[in-house]
Parts: sequence; structure tokens; C-alpha cells
Amino acid sequence: MPQFAALFRKDNQPVRYLVVDDSVFARKNLIKMIEMFGGEVAGEAGDGLTAIAEFNRTKPDIVLMDITMPQMEGIEAVERIVRQHADARIVMVSSVGYQENILAALQKGAKHFVQKPVKPEVLYEILRYVLSDDPSAVNAPIALAGEHRS
Amino acid sequence: MRMELIQPFINAADAVFSESLDAPTKIVDLSMDEETYRRKGVAALILIKGDIEGRVILDLAPEVALKVASHLAGGAVQEGEQIARETVCELANMVIGNSVTLLNDQGFRFKVFPPEIHMNDQGLAGGAETEAMVICIETPCGAVYLNIAMQYLHRRRRERDSEPVLD
Repeated sequence: MPQFAALFRKDNQPVRYLVVDDSVFARKNLIKMIEMFGGEVAGEAGDGLTAIAEFNRTKPDIVLMDITMPQMEGIEAVERIVRQHADARIVMVSSVGYQENILAALQKGAKHFVQKPVKPEVLYEILRYVLSDDPSAVNAPIALAGEHRS
Repeated sequence: MRMELIQPFINAADAVFSESLDAPTKIVDLSMDEETYRRKGVAALILIKGDIEGRVILDLAPEVALKVASHLAGGAVQEGEQIARETVCELANMVIGNSVTLLNDQGFRFKVFPPEIHMNDQGLAGGAETEAMVICIETPCGAVYLNIAMQYLHRRRRERDSEPVLD
């Protein structure tokens, strides 16, 4: 299993994630990776509507958002979240990776896209990139996942 | 049977299993089938309608599904029907999503219906007019079967758009 330097917020706390996917199995898989990156799961949702409610409740640092879901799809949920929280960092995670989908998600305010099956090293680099809009996060010293800095 | 319609599904299945399991996979058998499909384990049936139409069945023995689930979860998972269903459903979504990406970028437009999971002993959708290709992929967790029946219904958008308009 590869080791990853833990990703931290600028206040030295672990990055908090909201994981949105209608498949419990897919959520578990993403949560396993989040733990490998030293992150914390702030909440989970199985559809876009619940994702919006969970975002408002938990105020996560990053949202990992599936596209195809019941009730409300991921792209619409992105639009609604970003409308209320312009600084939301949302990464789309979907097996459907054609250009129209990716462009639609980015136009609605998603920061990045990763195609399933998700490889931990790919997701890690994307998260680093998405978190890099916070300069103090980029310059922060790194530690192995599972370690917390004092 | 149009191989250009089948190949994206084979490539996607090969990529999804080899990437998910971090190990090479191998196509060990490939055959044509005109009979109603007989399930081998937990099967996900996905229907496609649009420029191309047909169906794809991803079929894994329950023990293979559990091994895949354990690998993805990074440890042993509790045995049970639900975890096998969840695993096959998510694998089918990944295979279909990846193949749809390839076909969509080629200009085909179609709707993909959510996977239906079958665990009973009945045969799955098929008929005399349904010629399917059955592919067996050997993975480190065991054999995975893919049954694909796909045909053109309309020409792709790119060809329609490039056709000269006559007055």
C-alpha cells in the first residue's frame, strides 16, 4: 500500500471531506483513500439533495461528488452548492468521463474531475492541486498519513 | 455483430479490473451466443438506448465478487448477498461509464439505464434476434464474464451533421 504525506488545512487540522456517491461501496473505497491521506470524513451522502444539506451542516474543506445519482445528479448539486458557497472545493468522481460531462461540471463550479476506478495516487495529486489555492497549505511541512502535527 | 461497438466494453472491463485489482487481467475465452443468457453468479444487466442499442451483462460468482470487494476495501469484508450486489453494481457502473466515455467521444448519443442486479436462476434478457458476444476475463480474484449485445440504431451525430443538405 503506498504511503502519502498527509494533507492539512492551514490551521494544521486534517482536511475534512464530504463524500457523495449513491453506492455505499464506492463511498467506502473513497473513505479508505481519505484515511490514507490523513483526512477526516465530515459527512456522507447518497444523492445530490442530501449532499447540499450535508454541505450546509458540515462545511467540509473538499467535496468528492459522483455525477449519476438518484433524486438530484451531481452536476446540479454542484451548481446549487457553489451558488451559495462560491469558495466550495468540489472534485467530481465519476466513471462517466466524457467531455460534455466534465465541461458541464467545471462550468457549474467543480474544481476538478477524476474518473473511476480511482487510483489513490491520482486522487492525491488532484487534492493537492485543489488545496493549493490555499498558499499556506502548499507551504506547510508534510507528514505521513496518520500522523498529526502539533 | 459490430466489433467497433463491442471493443470499448472489452477495453473498459479489462482496464477497470486490472486497475481496481492492481494486477494484469487476461481474456481467456471469447464466443458468440444466441441463447438466452444463463447467469453464472451475481449479474448486472445494463440497457442502452439511442444511436446504439443493446445490453451488457457483467457476471461474477459471489465468491469472486467478495474477493474483489475485499481487495478494494483493503481488508476482508463480511460475506453476504448485499456486499456482492453492491460490488457487482459498482463494477458494472465503472465498466459502463468508461466504455460510454469512449463511445460518446466518438459521437454516439444514447441513454444508459441503471444496472439491474439479478441473483435468481432465471435467464436474462435475450432472444433469437439477440446475438451476443461472451467474454471471459481471468482476474486474480477469479473469472469475470461479460455478455454484450449491441447494434446500431442510428448513425452517429458526426455523420449526420456532415451530410450535405439538399434543397
